[in-house]
Amino acid sequence: MIEVKDLTKIYGTKHAVDGISFTVNEGEILGFLGPNGAGKSTTMNILTGYISSTSGTAKIAGFDILDDPIEAKKHIGYLPEHPPLYLDMTVQAYLEFCYQLKKAKQPMKAHLEDICQRVKIADVKNRIIKNLSKGYRQRVGLAQALIGNPEVLILDEPTVGLDPKQIIEIRNLIKTLGKRHTVILSSHILPEVQAVCDRVVVINKGKIVADDTEENLSHKLSDDFRYIARIEGPEEEVTKILHGISNMKDVQSYGEKENGVFEYALEAEPGADIRRELFNRLADRKYPLLGLRSTELTLEDIFLQLTSDGSNKLDGGTN
Amino acid sequence: MLAVLRREMSNYFTSPIGYIFLAVFYFFSGMFFTNVLAYNSTDITNVFSGLFTVLMFIIPLLTMRSMSEEKKQKTDQLLLTSPIKLGNLVIGKFLAAFIIYCIALAITVVYSIILAVYETPEWSVVVGNIFGALLLGAALIAIGVFISSLTENQLIAAIGSFAVMMFIMMIDSFASLIPVEFISNILLKISFMTRYTDFVNGILNFANVLFFLSIAVIFNFFTVRILEKKRWS
Ligand SMILES: Nc1ncnc2c1ncn2[C@@H]1O[C@H](COP(=O)(O)OP(=O)(O)O)[C@@H](O)[C@H]1O
Ligand SMILES: [Mg+2]
Repeated sequence: MIEVKDLTKIYGTKHAVDGISFTVNEGEILGFLGPNGAGKSTTMNILTGYISSTSGTAKIAGFDILDDPIEAKKHIGYLPEHPPLYLDMTVQAYLEFCYQLKKAKQPMKAHLEDICQRVKIADVKNRIIKNLSKGYRQRVGLAQALIGNPEVLILDEPTVGLDPKQIIEIRNLIKTLGKRHTVILSSHILPEVQAVCDRVVVINKGKIVADDTEENLSHKLSDDFRYIARIEGPEEEVTKILHGISNMKDVQSYGEKENGVFEYALEAEPGADIRRELFNRLADRKYPLLGLRSTELTLEDIFLQLTSDGSNKLDGGTN
Repeated sequence: MLAVLRREMSNYFTSPIGYIFLAVFYFFSGMFFTNVLAYNSTDITNVFSGLFTVLMFIIPLLTMRSMSEEKKQKTDQLLLTSPIKLGNLVIGKFLAAFIIYCIALAITVVYSIILAVYETPEWSVVVGNIFGALLLGAALIAIGVFISSLTENQLIAAIGSFAVMMFIMMIDSFASLIPVEFISNILLKISFMTRYTDFVNGILNFANVLFFLSIAVIFNFFTVRILEKKRWS
């Protein structure tokens, strides 16, 4: 449904997007995961024809966005990072304008009513957009993208700036949209992508660093074998004990945190549980274990892991 | 195209700009018209000759937002990702401003009819004047929309258009100041004032029609090019 090949966008000397390729199959919800400045918005702006790529091609439903922009755009609903709303219009007037702009074929009144029901904005239909809360504005933006029932939905960080309740609502909404549309959703939040998407493309500094199903990716990146431990006792000796634990892969001291108490970063072999042995060994030597917590992988950690462990180790083999 | 045109038109009247434009236009044209009556004249062309300067001041008002505001509110992302050709988008914008201008100009028809009660005018001259004012307006609006596409700040667009209008107004003065005949001749060739005055004086010169039409077409084309270029930058 969407085919992206060697897409590159250069601003001056900066490669905002650097030769990325991926495909999205019909009916799939693809997560486009990356930190700020990774090139997510740039990619989406190219896919929707808002800006042109420096090189490479993008095809939507078989139509090249550069060679056949009008046809390609007919198949896309786009919610940009900032919803493109005319603040001085009412929701209804705005949606009617979008309907005409997109030359939608469905009977207007019923179609718009249906969309308002689906994104739950029926009750604010006659309000001026300027007076709506951020959550409602986001939904009006989403409603706009749904007009004309496009096969492809491209949503750029649709939950940014919303409160937790709104985030859950929007996520659920997007999940139901996945039944009727092919969706690309960008995010810089790993759990969000995990919650919503079938497949994940991870992008960093304009390059794709992983392309895999959500399960594989989160399994490979699961964090239940990395810990931070606080242990009272001489640093050198404790380090030696820690290294002696079976299945221990790496031990690093973070230095003295309290008087005589050191903090260590522990990494076990994936899948191994080191907690019991850790406790017993330290107890034998009477070095009290004062704290143990598993580290939460931030996106930055993931990128470090993905980029330092050799390139594209997690690639699911789609290329 | 129609969708853009319709939204743009209604936008002129949800914001005060449409009203301000019409009010200022009616005020000055009304003043010129009262003058005509005060001198017991039935010569409508005095209204039209006065309008030239007024237009230079108020056309920027009409066009300052048309492209700049879309960029600022990021609604250009909606327009440019919709299945609509850039040319149609620009024409929609242009036509909306032009139609507001036509509504303003329609008042001169009323004036002519009032004068016709006193003395039958030379209708061909009246029609020629209105035609000339339409052409002048089209050219100026196209220039204004073009300048609006260069920035996302409507104030800068307004000031920029205003500066260009000032230049257009003073072309003739420049021409008379420059001693090199070759250059001053070129300047006179692009003089909006001289060409417009021909219409006011009842002279219908095809070259003048072509001149204003070309300006309108060329600047609308430039606006399309600017939108295209932004995409590639
Ligand atoms: N118009 C532009 N001019 C110059 N650099 C840009 C422009 N747009 C984006 N960039 C740069 O390209 C990179 C990718 O930006 P973006 O696609 O917005 O990232 P993301 O959406 O993933 O946060 C950033 O480093 C940004 O500074
Ligand atoms: Mg972004």
